Amino acid sequence: MASPYISWGRYPLQEQRGRDYHWLPQQLPEQGPYLPQGNARSYGDSCMLQGGEVLSSRFLRRFIGFDPETGVLRCEAGVTLGDILAVAEPQGWFLPVTPGTKFATVGGAIANDVHGKNHHVAGTFGCHVTQFELLRSDGERKICTPRRNKKWFQATIGGLGLTGFITWAELQLKRVPNSAINAENIKYRNLTEFFALSRESEADYEYTVAWVDCLAAGDHLGRGHFSRGNHARPVQPRVAARERSLSMPLVPPLSLVNQYSLTAFNWLYYHRQHQRVHYQTLHYDPFFYPLDHIHHWNRMYGPKGFLQYQCVIPMDASETAIRELLERIERTGHGSFLAVLKVFGDVSSPGLLSFPRPGTTLALDFPYQGHRTLHLFEQLDEVVVQAGGALYPAKDAHMKAEHFQRFYPNAAKLQALKDPNISSSFWNRVMETSS
Amino acid sequence: MKNWIIVGATSAIAEAVCRLWAVRGYRLFLVGRDQSRLDTLGKDYQVRGADAVHSFVMDVNDFDQHAPCWQAAEQQMGRVDGIFIAHGTLPDQSACEESVQQALTEINTNGLSIVSLCTLAANQLQQQGQGTIAVISSVAGDRGRQSNYVYGAAKGIVSIFLEGLRNRLYSKGVQVTTIKPGFVDTPMTADFDKGGPLWASADQVATGIVRAIDRGRNVAYLPWFWWCIMTIIKHIPEFIFKRLSL
Repeated sequence: MASPYISWGRYPLQEQRGRDYHWLPQQLPEQGPYLPQGNARSYGDSCMLQGGEVLSSRFLRRFIGFDPETGVLRCEAGVTLGDILAVAEPQGWFLPVTPGTKFATVGGAIANDVHGKNHHVAGTFGCHVTQFELLRSDGERKICTPRRNKKWFQATIGGLGLTGFITWAELQLKRVPNSAINAENIKYRNLTEFFALSRESEADYEYTVAWVDCLAAGDHLGRGHFSRGNHARPVQPRVAARERSLSMPLVPPLSLVNQYSLTAFNWLYYHRQHQRVHYQTLHYDPFFYPLDHIHHWNRMYGPKGFLQYQCVIPMDASETAIRELLERIERTGHGSFLAVLKVFGDVSSPGLLSFPRPGTTLALDFPYQGHRTLHLFEQLDEVVVQAGGALYPAKDAHMKAEHFQRFYPNAAKLQALKDPNISSSFWNRVMETSS
Repeated sequence: MKNWIIVGATSAIAEAVCRLWAVRGYRLFLVGRDQSRLDTLGKDYQVRGADAVHSFVMDVNDFDQHAPCWQAAEQQMGRVDGIFIAHGTLPDQSACEESVQQALTEINTNGLSIVSLCTLAANQLQQQGQGTIAVISSVAGDRGRQSNYVYGAAKGIVSIFLEGLRNRLYSKGVQVTTIKPGFVDTPMTADFDKGGPLWASADQVATGIVRAIDRGRNVAYLPWFWWCIMTIIKHIPEFIFKRLSL
């Protein structure tokens, strides 16, 4: 078993203690600083606290109630999205929004206001939260809803765990005719085609996302596979899940992700599909959670870990800025194994510090190679700032304070509502100039 | 339909097992010391699909309550198909060395209470001619070590008692499964540093327990590699073993 409190990217490693709550806490510790944590699926340091204590909700995994008539579900904060699917899916209900892993907890999904392939129609996770309880270090409990304790509701959604400990939450699930997905995988040749496909798919497809071959250059820059889909019709047969999953049993001494494996992987992955469009009806697992199939896949990056770079670029600047980002990455040869593009919609989130906003998001994973990686990130940051974009705290381990405060003008409002005993390594870093 | 009594229902391993059983639509009779925790678990199992969940508040060291507990379970569920015993404490070894009372209390909780519960269960299930007794013992019961021998001795009672019970009940159609987990990440082991290859999650162990019960296993080391480790440890000659600091 890996140490449970390390973030998913395994970088930066932090000196911190962990405390597990096995039953809903009556009160938080008197002595700070600490940070509520779910399953530690954030990539960087937003779920960690150097020199402090993380209060883990990973064992607070109980359902409190579910009404199969209305789809309203109430559960403790450590219930995972996979737990919810296991209960709700057989009864015709589905997660209204899901990120790329079902191992994330409900508390974590709220704290990071996560998004998924249906952002353009459904908005963020926070849009579907009907209420939750917030426990503060002074012992106060607040029931927060879009109306009651509204400012706490808004600050906690996307609030990175800083406003207090979420003990339980209630969500409105979504009725689906069939949990299987009718998916189309379209091989496209360059960035311009990606944007055309996105525009064309927005109205008729609930789920859209693209994988990008980030080592392709020139005329092929931004080429990849565009994946779009809808829930299958009720008459279609149910598709069975794969029973077995794989696991990366240990951390190899060196990253398995390097220039050679990346070049081979990206080329093969792009060319795996011969025809332009491939139609398939699949179980929701491989469609939404292909990486969950390999437990601990983050270990393949070796002992130094990896970083994710996820930004969003406003729509009018999208094509130019993303072209520039991909060119800068390609030029360094510091390719990414998983590069993902998605156009966000304009459904606004209740969250004060939510990351998704109208525009195009690009996410890339990079093995941590010290200065070289951070230097590349600086170059990418220039483009993002220039284009008026933003970076995603849940994925971040490098964002500069001045950038953060520019990307998130509401940061000062969150700072005012932050629990005095709570902080995170991320928060200490990005707020240092203002504190 | 499967109707199970779960003793020590608020323990992390029992909870993980019940989550799996709830999904199968079992009827669960939860036994523990804390009513509000049992209620919390009951709601969870209902949502996950349990056919019915009942609870019974009992301290396992109150031996007089064991028979009424079984009767209540029979009354609530109609019939008992199995009993899963998962309660336990991890004693402070040095406190047990200093206090006889402390040592005996630990032996009571981790050993004798199980003898009492299993004797009762054996007689009831034998009459029925069918059923399962599954008990969490421990790898610690395989050999006494200076760091943990009071707990080990209590678990040794359990393991040997169950061996005999299995032998007695084999011809009567009653299955007896001894579960021997290694290090598990639960509240019982909160004081340990848990980052290592030998540590398993309660979910992993629970999956193994459910499978062992389904397959009618006699003894299940969980995870499996503990069988190898304990085979080696059991075979170290005593004249060497006594010199080791284990």
